[in-house]
Amino acid sequence: MISTESNVGKTTILLALKEVMDPELPFLSVVDLGIIGDIDIHENRVLLKILPTFTACPAIQLMREQIIEKILSLGFYGAEVEVDYSIPWNSDRISEEGKKKLEKFGLATADTHQGNFSIDDIEQSKCPHCSSCNTTMNSIFGSTLCRSMHYCFDCRQGFERFKPL
Amino acid sequence: MNAVKDLILKMADDSLIIGHRSSEWTGLGPILEEDIAFSSMAQDKIGHALALYGILHEQFGELEADQLAFNRKESKFRCCHFAELPIGEYDFSLMRHFLFDHAEAIRYEMLSSSSFAPLAQLARKIKGEIKYHVLHANSWILRLGRGTEESRHRMQSSLNFCMPYALGIFEKNEAESDLITEGIFAGEEHLRILWEEQIWKQIDQAGLQFPNVPEKKVHMGGRSGRHTVHLHMLLEELSQVFRMEQGVEW
Repeated sequence: MISTESNVGKTTILLALKEVMDPELPFLSVVDLGIIGDIDIHENRVLLKILPTFTACPAIQLMREQIIEKILSLGFYGAEVEVDYSIPWNSDRISEEGKKKLEKFGLATADTHQGNFSIDDIEQSKCPHCSSCNTTMNSIFGSTLCRSMHYCFDCRQGFERFKPL
Repeated sequence: MNAVKDLILKMADDSLIIGHRSSEWTGLGPILEEDIAFSSMAQDKIGHALALYGILHEQFGELEADQLAFNRKESKFRCCHFAELPIGEYDFSLMRHFLFDHAEAIRYEMLSSSSFAPLAQLARKIKGEIKYHVLHANSWILRLGRGTEESRHRMQSSLNFCMPYALGIFEKNEAESDLITEGIFAGEEHLRILWEEQIWKQIDQAGLQFPNVPEKKVHMGGRSGRHTVHLHMLLEELSQVFRMEQGVEW
């Protein structure tokens, strides 16, 4: 039985949600992705807010179901997940650990930009394979809404990047 | 409150219809990257429509998004004629995307400080996404405007063709003055002025001429439910599966 004392409950939930993965990046948890917003626990029922990376993210529904299932497995009586736009998700919300995992997977990440990014931030990317900055962007749009496509002139490999937002 | 409903409905309908049009390039794009670009933008736009219909449902008790999108008469739609036009050749689709998305970017920027909180919050989210659409459009307008004689000619002809339709984006709502006084939205006229300034810079850089469109040539009517024949055909196709067996669970 979980204590309903709020802080303990929140820590337990966040720890458990480290096991719920983004279906498009199955090595990255919803916590590392930074989409978990406010968690409210009242009478052993949880109301959790999620911040979608992109408005049209098709993975939201699946992640919502998996988060509910995970929270209920901790012994809470009820769990609700709401999409929250009051805090817009941006790529600065990805944790340091998350960024390392993305790079290990071969996906470049953006530097911190606090929601203000220019065309240069989008085009200039460090190659996740060889760390060269001698790269070019092939397309602003990639295999998912949150990725762009790039090419490295040094190691001559294509790579994808998690878009700054 | 009717004015804000009208505003959200026309934005949602624009997004749904232009999103559907963009999706018609899936599998047909001239190069793989462009196929992906138009497909991604379609996904974004339809997602924006879903979120906007969601506000109408949650805040104003309108029907759910699927009902609004698939089960509404053509005359109840409030999209502009520009969004309804078929995809045509790639130069037309690119030029429409350029003119339309610049207007979208400015609209969402304006709405991000709206006094109507649900719309302001969504606008702050969407404006970052639309930035990518605008950058995509700008790069092609510049590249093709400064490209070969044929590409320049095609871009100029498309621009001349599009402009009377593009100006129809800014057709006013009946009760727009309420939106302005209540700090919900600064109005279509204000938006149009900012838009002209912004696209003029890009058009000039691309070496194209800004067409002069007399007031009476502007294609109006979409915002009051009078549409082109193209919308009818689009809706028939869009709602075909939905109408086959209503209320079915997938």
